[in-house]
Amino acid sequence: MKKKILGLLTLMATMLIATGCQIKGEVMNVVGSSALQPLVESAGESFSKIHPDLYVNVQGGGTGTGLAQVQGGAVDIGNSDLYAEEKSGIDASQLTDNRVAVVGITPIINPDLKVSNLTLQQLSDIFSGKITNWKDVGGQDLPITVINRAQGSGTRVVFESAVFKNGEKAIKAQEQDSSGMVRQIVATTPGTISYSSYSYINDSVKTPAVDGVVLSHDTVVDNSWKIWAYEHMYIRKDMQKERVHEFLNFILSDDVQDNIVNKMGYIAIKDMKVEKTLDGQVKSIE
Amino acid sequence: MNDPIRESMLKKSKAAKRETFGKTISFLAIAVIVAVVAAIFYFVASKGISTFTQNGVNFWDFLTGSTWNPGSKGADGKPLVGALPMILGSFFVTILAAIIATPFAIAAAIFMTEVAGKKGTKILQPVIELLVGIPSVVYGFIGLSVVVPFVRSIFGGTGFGILAGTFVLFVMILPTVTSMTVDSLRSVPRHYREASYALAATRWQTIYKVILRSAMPGILTAIVFGMARAFGEALAVQMVIGNAFTVPNSLTTPASTLTSVLTMGMGNSVMGTLSNNALWSLALILLMMSLIFNLVIRWIGNKGGNTK
Amino acid sequence: MSPKRVDKIATGVIYAMAVIIVMILVALLAYILINGLPHVSWSFIVSPSRVFEAGGGIAAQLFNSFYLLVLSMIISIPLSILAGIFLSEYAPKNKLTDFVRTAIEILSSLPSVVVGLFGFLVFVIQFKIGFSIISGALSLTLFNLPLLTRNVEESLQSIHFTQREAGYALGLSRWETVTRVIIPEALPSLITGIILGAGRVFGEAAALIYTAGQSSPALNFSNWNPLYINSPLNPFRPAETLAVHIWKINGEGIIPDLNAVSTASSAILILAVLIFNLIARSWGRRLYKRLTGAN
Repeated sequence: MKKKILGLLTLMATMLIATGCQIKGEVMNVVGSSALQPLVESAGESFSKIHPDLYVNVQGGGTGTGLAQVQGGAVDIGNSDLYAEEKSGIDASQLTDNRVAVVGITPIINPDLKVSNLTLQQLSDIFSGKITNWKDVGGQDLPITVINRAQGSGTRVVFESAVFKNGEKAIKAQEQDSSGMVRQIVATTPGTISYSSYSYINDSVKTPAVDGVVLSHDTVVDNSWKIWAYEHMYIRKDMQKERVHEFLNFILSDDVQDNIVNKMGYIAIKDMKVEKTLDGQVKSIE
Repeated sequence: MNDPIRESMLKKSKAAKRETFGKTISFLAIAVIVAVVAAIFYFVASKGISTFTQNGVNFWDFLTGSTWNPGSKGADGKPLVGALPMILGSFFVTILAAIIATPFAIAAAIFMTEVAGKKGTKILQPVIELLVGIPSVVYGFIGLSVVVPFVRSIFGGTGFGILAGTFVLFVMILPTVTSMTVDSLRSVPRHYREASYALAATRWQTIYKVILRSAMPGILTAIVFGMARAFGEALAVQMVIGNAFTVPNSLTTPASTLTSVLTMGMGNSVMGTLSNNALWSLALILLMMSLIFNLVIRWIGNKGGNTK
Repeated sequence: MSPKRVDKIATGVIYAMAVIIVMILVALLAYILINGLPHVSWSFIVSPSRVFEAGGGIAAQLFNSFYLLVLSMIISIPLSILAGIFLSEYAPKNKLTDFVRTAIEILSSLPSVVVGLFGFLVFVIQFKIGFSIISGALSLTLFNLPLLTRNVEESLQSIHFTQREAGYALGLSRWETVTRVIIPEALPSLITGIILGAGRVFGEAAALIYTAGQSSPALNFSNWNPLYINSPLNPFRPAETLAVHIWKINGEGIIPDLNAVSTASSAILILAVLIFNLIARSWGRRLYKRLTGAN
């Protein structure tokens, strides 16, 4: 019996070595932001249909991981919710930015709350801990429970930079790792408020209007909805692989932008009527 | 002159060769494991220590500070990396879960080995082994949809907190502790039991005075392993504990553990920066804490072994 | 109180606690199965998953879970058995051995996310294996070795010393005594340990997120040549396991039938562990009978 096991092991070992030497098919590694992952994954699937010998391997792991690994050359493309300049420890001058989509971020509240509109100022007061009861913003008498995304999360950075205009500090609150968790907790816990990118919103949570504006494709494209950001796919400046450039062009093509990006709750780059610069200035595109 | 008998006597026998072979490969295996352990220790330690050497954080401040916000700096210009809330949170959930789980695990083990006999084992054992295979994510979701609302309805608040974490961990470590306790009860030689019964001891006296004492080191090991699992568990706890970086002042307010912060932060920080190094320091603390636990339990185990 | 009275009370308490445990466990299993099974269908098991539309299945994930389990077990079982033999039979009783034991135990308390990151930096980046089944299997091995080794040592130690003496009396060497007498005798508890380890591997997500990855190439189940990237057997392809899939769709999934997919996947995962347990156990019993002649 031992011989059999030994034989099997040898077989396995040879197989591993053999496979290690020559894999038939090319792999393109895309790592980073989990918010962007579903989008790139489905674009990758369509891309593989055109190029059957190519496999686009899309992994989450977070914006930090994506940027660090693309900078280190360990992966081909790094997905990020933030500009590389906004992330400490990243040398943005080595990287080329590709903005592939826009994502709108909205506050979400427990569906039992009787609040349907919040001002940016109220949001700022709630998330910095100045307002602690829903009755102060027109709701019932119920303490406010804030759920934040994890420190360093792209969604959180975008939300806080849009809401905290005067250097307010976030209160110490519960933190959650992922959009799905946040949504589930807000849906089931009375008095909770959090925020989420538009692609994750469903009926289980309530999305109040902000300053009277309701989040939609049309309100984001003309910047009447203020809380939004670009989704980035970074590559190294010295990227040689032709397939990588081809893939980025593919994602920016009208077909993908219309049929995948817009359908998944993101907003196509080409639909945008305004542009936001790194320091938050918004100007309109002709 | 060739004397076959002399030759066969002088040559190493087949058995002796095999013995050498066996000893060598088993030694190699343990060497590989030791090397791996050493590599991981070195890895965690070197990354964890750089918070203090490279980023100049005071180790004592790290242990006793209560504000965790590695991205920004405090009023004194030092980075805000105080791990006290997480350290306390980890301690509380682990110890509470072990305190609840231990009597249940011992009772179940006694039930399986001493009271119910083969039938009890046949029912309980597969169920317990099955539970080990439930992913911690699933435990977390059940915790989120059952335990948290339950805690909320009884104690008020949001329901997230140490208590919810304790309940989830209790169920999670129960299978591990129970099955290891069963093993150690089984390994008590039968003649101990027979001798005790021969002295007219009742079953409970036999269990309490003979079997449990003789199995004590094994049971303690089981508890350490259970606590180790509770300590290292991340995904499930993270879902129910609330992840607020505040020093826990009640069992039902949101708190955080070392692992939950570690898991949440890793993907969002860039390797080599303070935010990332600080997380590795948490991992290092985790290692050191389990080292301490381990030594304590070993010490107790030795004491128990001597009085036996 | 008379000892008999105490005995009765103690027995009652033990019964009650055992019943409570069984109730907790049964309720847990029932919860998962009742929520999940209604969503399970044959087409769910055999169809590929989808990224943002409803109606996806878990074919690749289920296969990946088993493949990863088998690979990591092939690596970790021999290693841990040999290491366990060394610790139990050969290791001198001194401080160094104690130190090694302690180190192994501490390793087992390391959170799996740290093991996963170690695997990511060492296997995926340093060794340039990339996100792959083999990186995942190696990381799971790291994660599993301490517990398995400990279990082997304990199982071997629990064999009565007369068995060893009988082996030596027959003129067997230590190695022969261990492999021919002790291991067959210890088989049932070895198998329990392996099943527990396998269960952990099956349900592990955090260690795999950064090593085996969270996505899976579209597998071609008619191509079993491991040299192709879309072959199910290729150990160098990225692979999302069932546990990782549950974690991912709950965390960042945007499919509309998320809840159904997640609960159904949990139910299938438990059934798979159950089936694996039954097979391993019956196989172990047969092996035990053959090797020991016990009935």
